[in-house]
Amino acid sequence: MDVDTTPMTDAVNLRDELEAVGIEEILSQLDRELIGLKPVKTRIREIASLLLIERIRKRMGLASGAPTLHMSFTGNPGTGKTTVALRIASILHRLGFVRRGQVVSVTRDELVGQYIGHTAPKTKEILKKAMGGVLFIDEAYYLHRPDNERDYGQEAIEILLQVMETQREDLVVILAGYGDRMDKFFASNPGFRSRIAHHIDFPDYADDELLAIAELMLRDMNYGFTPDARAEFVRYIALRRNQPLFSNARSIRNALDRLRLRQANRLVADLDHILTADDIRSIEASDVLASRVFGKGGKSAEAG
Amino acid sequence: MRITQGCFSFLPDLTDEQISRQVQYCLEQGWAVNIEFTDDPHPRNHFWEMWGLPMFDLRDAAGVMMELNECRKVYGNSYIRLSAFDSSHGWESVRLSFIVNRPKEEPGFRLERHEMAGRNIRYTTRSYAADRPEGRRYD
Repeated sequence: MDVDTTPMTDAVNLRDELEAVGIEEILSQLDRELIGLKPVKTRIREIASLLLIERIRKRMGLASGAPTLHMSFTGNPGTGKTTVALRIASILHRLGFVRRGQVVSVTRDELVGQYIGHTAPKTKEILKKAMGGVLFIDEAYYLHRPDNERDYGQEAIEILLQVMETQREDLVVILAGYGDRMDKFFASNPGFRSRIAHHIDFPDYADDELLAIAELMLRDMNYGFTPDARAEFVRYIALRRNQPLFSNARSIRNALDRLRLRQANRLVADLDHILTADDIRSIEASDVLASRVFGKGGKSAEAG
Repeated sequence: MRITQGCFSFLPDLTDEQISRQVQYCLEQGWAVNIEFTDDPHPRNHFWEMWGLPMFDLRDAAGVMMELNECRKVYGNSYIRLSAFDSSHGWESVRLSFIVNRPKEEPGFRLERHEMAGRNIRYTTRSYAADRPEGRRYD
């Protein structure tokens, strides 16, 4: 619509254009709300710049096709793949790449049918719901079952590929999963690899990033560490990282949930104490120290 | 003879762009869009075949257009219409319906006069196309 109403121009002030789209605001919001994730932010910045240039090109009558925006997110558990996918839909919407900006989040179950002839309608229904927005396929490698060549997953993959190719302007598909298994998935489905323009790898968080995430989460929940507790939590992160089944921010979130439990328990234990808002807000060192991570079967039998 | 049923049927055929805009309007009203087709153009033929299921929970017209194009591939020489169903309480019925595809040639209707007792006449309209068996009416 912009093309029809505005006269063609030869020169454009980039700064005005930038403000008109509100890119800076979107990007700085992203910086505030997501800790770390450098490669992801860089890529989003690139996409945003592309949009800006596309808009200007359109204005000058230099039309070009819709860019391919299908993405794959790979990374270890808890590195923020799902969080970013949910966020990216609204970003793409505000940047004007997708028309509606809804996210349809699915796994294999929603795409693949249970008997012959069941898969195609199922997949298509999901695709239709996702049109104008983002289709997020979590743990995409489950679509392909190499051990069973009659698996219906292949059919879903073919329909997906076709729509990803022919309706690029209607739909953005994001595949997500753990790095090594996604590599295997792409190796056995070369069509997918080539149709996805953006392969974004989510790095593991550093210790200080995890601490920042923890504090951000606590702030959102209206809690806060006391200085002692904060120091203990730094130790907690370092110890927890070396334990099995460490999954980055997810482990942190679970740890915080347990901290809240222990804090509540501590408060309830002393019924005569008059509580202030500060008492209820703050997590103390003893709450953190009660964690199993410190003890090795020592101080507390409590899980966590 | 060009048949006129539903909305917009006295206008020139809608382009895909126009159809898509109408569908988007329906979706924004929260109506579910259905695709139906038939080769029996009689105005009293209310029961058109459905192409797939009603499409609930769509946000964008592209999904409907995708199905419509599929349907055209198979039934490109029949009548296809879109209808929008409003499921909200008190309506629970079709709010909008319009033809989006028609056969290349529409042979029209014959008017039959049955002469009854006295000088009464009963009229029947019969589609020329419907003389042929189903599925071969517009070959």
